[in-house]
Amino acid sequence: MGSIGAKEVPVLLSPEGRRIDGRRLDELRPLKITAGALHEADGSAYVEWGANKVMAAVYGPREVHPRHLQQNNKAIVQCRYNMAAFSVDERKRPGLDRRSQEISKVISEAFESVIFAEEYPRTSIDVYIEVLQANAGTRCAGIVAASVALADAGIPMVDLLPSVAVGKVAGEIALDLKKEEDNYGEADVPMALVPQSGRLVLLQMEGHLTAPELARALELGVRGCRSIYETMKQALRDRYATGEAAEPQGAA
Amino acid sequence: MRPGPGTYRVDGRIYASVLGLLQRRPPLVRIVPLSGRYIPKPRDVVVGTVTDVQGTFWLLDIGAPRWTPLHMTGTPWKIDFGETGQYLRVGDAVVVAVESIEATGRIGVTMLGEGLGKLEGGTIATISPAKVPRVIGRSGSMIRTITTLTGCKVVVGQNGRIWVDGSPEGIIRARECLRLIEEEGQRSGLTERVQAYLDSTQTPGSTHDHRSHVLGEIPHSVGGPREAEVILPPPADAAEPEGPAEGSEDDARPDGAPPDEY
Repeated sequence: MGSIGAKEVPVLLSPEGRRIDGRRLDELRPLKITAGALHEADGSAYVEWGANKVMAAVYGPREVHPRHLQQNNKAIVQCRYNMAAFSVDERKRPGLDRRSQEISKVISEAFESVIFAEEYPRTSIDVYIEVLQANAGTRCAGIVAASVALADAGIPMVDLLPSVAVGKVAGEIALDLKKEEDNYGEADVPMALVPQSGRLVLLQMEGHLTAPELARALELGVRGCRSIYETMKQALRDRYATGEAAEPQGAA
Repeated sequence: MRPGPGTYRVDGRIYASVLGLLQRRPPLVRIVPLSGRYIPKPRDVVVGTVTDVQGTFWLLDIGAPRWTPLHMTGTPWKIDFGETGQYLRVGDAVVVAVESIEATGRIGVTMLGEGLGKLEGGTIATISPAKVPRVIGRSGSMIRTITTLTGCKVVVGQNGRIWVDGSPEGIIRARECLRLIEEEGQRSGLTERVQAYLDSTQTPGSTHDHRSHVLGEIPHSVGGPREAEVILPPPADAAEPEGPAEGSEDDARPDGAPPDEY
C-alpha cells in the first residue's frame, strides 16, 4: 500500500548467502523443457524456467520470403523474438520494439554460427520465439527453446546452444538472475555456449563489472550452460523415447 | 571410421549434426535422422500441390526445403506457352516422380510415367516422411489393409503426403488409420491395431463395392480400372519397412553428443 515513489529495495542476499528465492549464488532456477510442443511447426519446444514461459517454433528450411534475401550458397537464419503483451505485469505494447529487434538480431547471429547453413542453399530457416511470461533471462530461455526446436526440426547444427545469464547481486556474482535481482542488481551478463567447442556465440553485458568479476561470471555461466545442456538433451530423448523403447521387442 | 551423413568431424572426433539414431556401418558412421523435412531422392514418387503457375512451368510444394519446378515438357499434355494455367492451377494436387537433384538444391520432377498425373478430388493427409515405410507396410501389406477395408483409393508419396479418395466415411476412417500410424508407428503390432480399428468401425456398405461407383479415375495416368489401387514407390524403397537394419541403432542422441571417438 502507498508504495508510489517509495523505494523498497528488497534484501537480495541473506547473511547466510541465500538469494531472494532461497537459491545459492551458483544455483539455477528450475528448468523444464518440452520438445515438440506444437503440431504444425517443423520443430518446436516449450520452456518453463523459473517464472519464465517461452514457446519456440521452427519452420524450414523453406522458400525465402522476400526473395531478395535469398543467398545462393546457404540458408539464411531468421529469428524473431517477441514478448506477449501479457508477459509482464505492466502491459507491454505489442509488436517489434528496439529491444526485441536487438535480441532477434543477436539470437539470429548466434544460431547462424552453429547451423550448417550451406546444406540448404537458397532457403530460409525461420525461428519464432514467443515469450508468454517474463521473469528476467528471457533471451536465454528463448535461445534454449529455439535450440531444442531446431534439433526437433532436424536442422543440422554443430551443437545445441545452452544459454544463461549471470549477474551481480548485492556485490556478489550470481547465476541465473530472477526479476528482482535483475531490476535491483548491479550487472547482467547473458551468454550462449557451444558445448562441443567451448566457444561463446553470444555475450552481452549491462551494468558494471571489474575484470576479475567478469572472469568469475564467465566461469559460472559456462558451468550453468553445461548443466542446462544436459536438460536440453534429455528433453529431446524424452520426445522420441516411446517409439525407440518399444522397437526392440517388436518381433516378440 | 569416416563421418557419414548427419555427422561432422573436428580434430579427429566425429559428432552428430542432427537428431537421430546412430548407425555404424564401416567405414562410415552416420546418423539416421528422426525428423526434418522431406529430402528428395531420385525415383521417389511424391504427392505435391501447385503453388505457382508460370509461362512454361508450375511450382510445386512437395514438402521439400524448396519449391519444385514442373516443366510443361514433363507432362503428358501438349501445351503452348502461357497455357499452363489451363491444365494445373494453384492448389491442384499431382503425383510426380523426382528425376534429379542439382548441387544448387534445385529439384527436377516429371509427370511422365506410370501412376503419375493430376489428382482429382480426394484429400491429402500429411505425415512425417520418416513414417512412410510404416504406411506402406511389408511389401504393401499395411496400405492394402487400409484400401480394402475402407474402399478408398490411396496414393502414398515418399514425401509423407498421402492422397485419399473414397466415400466420406471411408476417407475419415482411412485418415484415422494414418493418424494411428503417425502417432504409434514405432510401437509393435501396428497392423493389428489398424485392423482392429477398421473392424470396429466397419459399417455396412463401406467396403469394396463402394469403390466402383464412388471413385473417379486418375486422369491419363491410370488408364481404366487397375488391379492395385495403390501406387507404390520403386521397390528398392518399399523393401525395408521396418526402419534401420537390426542391431545397428544405438540410442537417440541429440545434436553434438559425440557418437564416437576416432
